[in-house]
Amino acid sequence: MATQTPTTAVLDQASAQGQRPLWLETVQDWVTTVDHKKIGIMYICYALIFLVVAGFEALLMRIQLAIPNNTFVSPQTFNRLFTMHGTTMVFFVGMPILFGFGNYLVPLMIGARDMAFPRLNAFSFWISAFGGLLLYFSYLGGDGLYGMGGAPDVGWFAYAPLTERVFSPGHSTDYWTLSILLSGIGSIGTALNIVATTISMRCPGMKLNRMPLLVWLYLVVSLMAFVVVSPLTAAQIMLMLDRYAGSHFFDTQAGGSAVLWMHFFWIFGHPEVYILVLPAFAFANEIIPVFSRKAIFGYPAMVAATVGIGFISLSVWAHHMFTVGMGAWANTFFTFATMVISVPTGIKIFNWLATLWGGRIHFTVSMMFAVGFLFQFLIAGLTGIMLSVAPFDWQLGNSYFVVAHFHYVLVGAILFMIFSAFYYWYPKMTGRMLSEKIGKWHFWLFLIGFHLTFDLMHVPGLLGMPRRVYTYEADRGWAILNMLVSSGAIFQAVASLLFVSNLVYSYFKGAIAGADPWDAWSLEWSTTSPPPPYNFAVIPTVGSRRPLWDLKHPEDPDSNYEM
Amino acid sequence: MQAIRYGEHFASRLLFIPDGGKTSIFRPAGTSAHSIFGLSMLVLTITLCIFLVVASLLLYVLLRYRHRASSPEAEQEPAQIYGSTQIELSWTVIPVLIVVILFLATARVILSSEQPHEPPGALDVIVIGHQFWWEYRYPKLGIVTANELHIPVSDSGHPTPTYLTMSSADTDHSFWVPRLAGKMDLIPNKVNVMSLESQAPGLYLGQCAQYCGTQHAKMLLRVYVDTPADFAAWAAHQKQPPVEDANAALGRGIFQQNACISCHTVAGTVAAGRFGPDLTHVASRDTIASGSVINTAANIRAFVDNPAHFKPGALMPPMHLNEHDLDAVTAYLMTLK
Repeated sequence: MATQTPTTAVLDQASAQGQRPLWLETVQDWVTTVDHKKIGIMYICYALIFLVVAGFEALLMRIQLAIPNNTFVSPQTFNRLFTMHGTTMVFFVGMPILFGFGNYLVPLMIGARDMAFPRLNAFSFWISAFGGLLLYFSYLGGDGLYGMGGAPDVGWFAYAPLTERVFSPGHSTDYWTLSILLSGIGSIGTALNIVATTISMRCPGMKLNRMPLLVWLYLVVSLMAFVVVSPLTAAQIMLMLDRYAGSHFFDTQAGGSAVLWMHFFWIFGHPEVYILVLPAFAFANEIIPVFSRKAIFGYPAMVAATVGIGFISLSVWAHHMFTVGMGAWANTFFTFATMVISVPTGIKIFNWLATLWGGRIHFTVSMMFAVGFLFQFLIAGLTGIMLSVAPFDWQLGNSYFVVAHFHYVLVGAILFMIFSAFYYWYPKMTGRMLSEKIGKWHFWLFLIGFHLTFDLMHVPGLLGMPRRVYTYEADRGWAILNMLVSSGAIFQAVASLLFVSNLVYSYFKGAIAGADPWDAWSLEWSTTSPPPPYNFAVIPTVGSRRPLWDLKHPEDPDSNYEM
Repeated sequence: MQAIRYGEHFASRLLFIPDGGKTSIFRPAGTSAHSIFGLSMLVLTITLCIFLVVASLLLYVLLRYRHRASSPEAEQEPAQIYGSTQIELSWTVIPVLIVVILFLATARVILSSEQPHEPPGALDVIVIGHQFWWEYRYPKLGIVTANELHIPVSDSGHPTPTYLTMSSADTDHSFWVPRLAGKMDLIPNKVNVMSLESQAPGLYLGQCAQYCGTQHAKMLLRVYVDTPADFAAWAAHQKQPPVEDANAALGRGIFQQNACISCHTVAGTVAAGRFGPDLTHVASRDTIASGSVINTAANIRAFVDNPAHFKPGALMPPMHLNEHDLDAVTAYLMTLK
């Protein structure tokens, strides 16, 4: 049973031999494409552009906060910066980059030729992309009738009633609402597509328990996105109704409820963190085994832990609301639920550890980022436990400690794993390797900058510094720390520039990758780099979780051992 | 208790940056902050232990199993291990036990600190958050003031905690004085209660901890924990009617004929606005502009001329008074001791 049709390495590159297409034809090709790989790459490029934009916003904020009572930007500008930074990073960097990799990899890893609904896929991308552009158009069009110019300034979770027209006249908040609404439609479309693809497009032999873990995690993420994007969309519509149709859902001056918005937002907002972090786990599940040269330890436990996280994550949202006065029993419940979610998360860390144990660990740049991810995610998880303790949260909540904690998750874990994924799959996407030399500079500079910024950022929070302040008093003892935190941002900015230049440089000058540069085991490495539009000339048949291992080791195939 | 003292000392040494600690959560000076501090030390100890164990394992594995090109087996694949139910079970059960311990310790603190049973000696204060200042009303004492909260010190033999009944006039705010207690949000259309109790007289600082609009950053908090004698003297003074200084009659007139009175109250006069801070005894406060500026004649003058000078985004408009009127109004406000 271990024998299967050899997959289709190096089939034809005949299409590459033809005439060079005209510039406009290339553009038309990309704009009208329904190919999951091209859409995936567009998602990724779009996210990278916004990553640079939102990173630049962060840099401006760090300049402002480097010294107390700074006047580098006005409070209005600063409030817009943190609103745009947060909104952009979550909705127009995090979501698209992860959906981009998902789009690219899921069909390839399950031996399919495209997503289940290619046109829906293109629609989802373009509607999300339009959402991001709409958000930034607010810098031009947000003035409204009242001259309250520019971008939204209500914070990325936009607590009511600050978003009501009394407190936010003009149209800036409407741009925020509409762009989130559009991005939500795109997310639901892509989530639907990934679920349908994984359920119905797997190649012969790929039973659910032989699916690569990456695909499993994307399945769970997509199901979660279904459940949680809907309340967010509902809340945006309610807010629009409040602002323009005279309803009073969140209008406290007419009997509405500010707390209602918090519930609607966080029932989306916390699972959203898992929607962003599970794809990072998914990358780790593929990359750590390959560079340890070992099968993933405890595949069934990893799947179970993921599904567990998916469910539990739907019951933890109000740990963002420990200070709103929900009462002792509600606080106790959400403390419990939040602590419980650390168990399946811990299982994942231990399984990665066990995968490394006894392996031969190759420290490629991709693996270095993955190792950074492991350490940093461990720390982020532990500060998360601190925040789950409701009384501790009464002190830490809404302080810079929280900002440091979630940046440890979003940058230290997720962004590190995204970098790792770039070094790992860029060769598949472009046919060329990323430069390991530039990559090492990128890694070390980013690591130094990351720790300088986000380790020290915990401390002002412990010393009483709240988040979202455009400036602070000189006598609180926060000044030196903030200066150091800001200086770390410079390292990260330089490292990011190196990364982008590596992407561009290697596209033209990188070493030719070949179909399988990492000697890996999943199906995407069985086709050419980059894969042809139809992915596989012959649809592969698999007999285990690591079809390419079976091909390379026919004497000792995986299927003999799998639980 | 001794252990907590040591912990406190250690944490302060570890984390204090020069002149820091005015608002440090690791220098508790209130009942509630103390109980949080105790719990947080337990949590920090447990998480530190987990970190040390897992991080050293990780480090060991990375060093021990790194690929060595010189090793004779360098080109072979290592033994493939697919999993082990026993091991999976052990690293599921142990974290579950840790979670149970943490949860029980936490639940105890939540349940004890969130059921306020008000003792007879308690003081009631109504706190109303505004963009971007704090209104304090003492219903039993008949005092209304702003931005500087005075409460009596409490001793363990005869506790006199203060119960804050909190709400907001506009957007969400959050009351956070880290050395006294954890934060509690002020939410419009909702009433929250928290107790504030300190055994150590002194001035405790903090600030609004929920983004509430443009000038959120300078919505500072000052809580004065007074000795019983000081508190009684302060309360008696606040209950007095405003000073009627004949020399300030000109300024008083200008104040009362301008828009000032639509937002501010000076008790017993035509000025009865509720939108801005009560000014009956404004000159007796240490600061103006919600704790962000020292209370001097020059600062009051600059603030009245254009509040955005200190607090861009403050809701008080520039008053457009001429130099002469500005001086007069400043002189009047300075008499409101």
